Amino acid sequence: MIGGYLGPLAIIGFAILPAAVIAGVAGRLVRISLLLTLPIAISVVLVSVFTRAGSHILFSLGPFDATAEGVDFAGQTLVRLFAISTSIGLFGLTTEPRSFVLDLERRGLSPRFAFVALATLEAVPAMVERAGVIASAQRARGLDTEGSVRARLRGILPLVGPVILSSLTEVEERSLALEVRAFGRPGRRHLLFRIPDSRTQLVVRAALLLALVVAVVTRVTGTFPSLP
Amino acid sequence: MLELRGVSYRYAGYATTVLHEVDLRLDDGQIVGLVGPNEAGKSTLCLVASGLAPASIGGSLTGTLTLDGTPAQGLSTHQLAERVVVGFQNPNTQRSGIAATVFEEIALGPMNLGLAVAETVARTREAIARLKLEHLVLRDPQRLSGGQAQLVGIASLLAMRPRHVILDEPTAQLDPAGTRLVGEALRALAETGTSLLIAEHKTDLLDGLCSRIVAIDGGRIALDGPTAEVFDDPRLAALGVEPPARARLGRLLASHGIAAAVLAGAVVDSAR
Repeated sequence: MIGGYLGPLAIIGFAILPAAVIAGVAGRLVRISLLLTLPIAISVVLVSVFTRAGSHILFSLGPFDATAEGVDFAGQTLVRLFAISTSIGLFGLTTEPRSFVLDLERRGLSPRFAFVALATLEAVPAMVERAGVIASAQRARGLDTEGSVRARLRGILPLVGPVILSSLTEVEERSLALEVRAFGRPGRRHLLFRIPDSRTQLVVRAALLLALVVAVVTRVTGTFPSLP
Repeated sequence: MLELRGVSYRYAGYATTVLHEVDLRLDDGQIVGLVGPNEAGKSTLCLVASGLAPASIGGSLTGTLTLDGTPAQGLSTHQLAERVVVGFQNPNTQRSGIAATVFEEIALGPMNLGLAVAETVARTREAIARLKLEHLVLRDPQRLSGGQAQLVGIASLLAMRPRHVILDEPTAQLDPAGTRLVGEALRALAETGTSLLIAEHKTDLLDGLCSRIVAIDGGRIALDGPTAEVFDDPRLAALGVEPPARARLGRLLASHGIAAAVLAGAVVDSAR
């Protein structure tokens, strides 16, 4: 009974949602998680319901039979997917990526890895901003980016080259600027501040680690049921 | 002392040599201005003098670069960074992209040097004070104006407390007040024994700051001498470099038969 529906639902109901409510992000978490799960959910439902072999046929659609076993399989998969997406979503909504990566560096992560992780996170908004600037410049020179879908697509093409090329140039110049500031120096850095880490967080982390060990052991020993 | 001897340089993948047999020496505490038309090779010379070309960007270099008597060839980029720093003209690419505040951005260099936190903070505060950036310390570095970003970029280099500083158009995006501020900070830095090479189009800034001017054209040194001598040299205008206002005014007065000494006297009188 731990697996199937009850396990993932218990995780969502007793661990993830209460934490999200305490953090004040429950509404956003549910919205984001549903959006994240939806595309996969559609394919899971279609594939499982209509292709899963079973003895209880609910209805037929052309050559495909929808089986009760398929519906059950899709349901169990979906609650697991939702548990995964809500847990990832909760992490994303409650953890400042910069603080997380810097704390990992304080615990021994390579500064280079930390930089790559942070720079990747920072690169997306910077690229969007640059695309906006280039689009404005192109519009000022008569490029039409409004109107029908076809016109908009035609308008996007001239932006792709400058956005990518300017990003690449900037990466080269930025890497030089970092080297000037001794970024390639081996050895540890003394970080300027510590991320606050309360006793409660420590206890929760230990409990989660224990839960992970229990989940792995029960799964390996067969106590935790797999999908039907 | 930073010294280039017989340096020629060609970028990786290009057949053309960009610098030809360049000799340049920066003594401790000396500020040298680098002028020249666009595509004369100023930025390349900055890269070569900092050791980044070829250590980081590759290319083919002949001749030698020595830093305080140590040949730069064979030094890694972080070893170079402990001796010489270079600032580029685009302030947006000077940002690390990983700092949440201006303070952390400026502190990144000293942190990378492995310094203790107290030393990093002291150097950062000193650089902030030199460029009067106290009001920006908690700002997001990505949300600065061009001029502010340029000042933060220079402060980030000063916080490294290097022996040699090379700046490629450090005041390109600065207003007159910001330009003066940078000039004062660089002069104060030179007084601590740091040598500086400043590539600039603003010859008025260089006129009041540098003891020596090097003019470059087509990758070759065309003029090299004391500031007043080079800026008064009529060949400078032929290189596409506008002399500072002092030199132009002096020339104008001379063309009307008024001696430069009269101008100097007038300046002294107005200063009183």
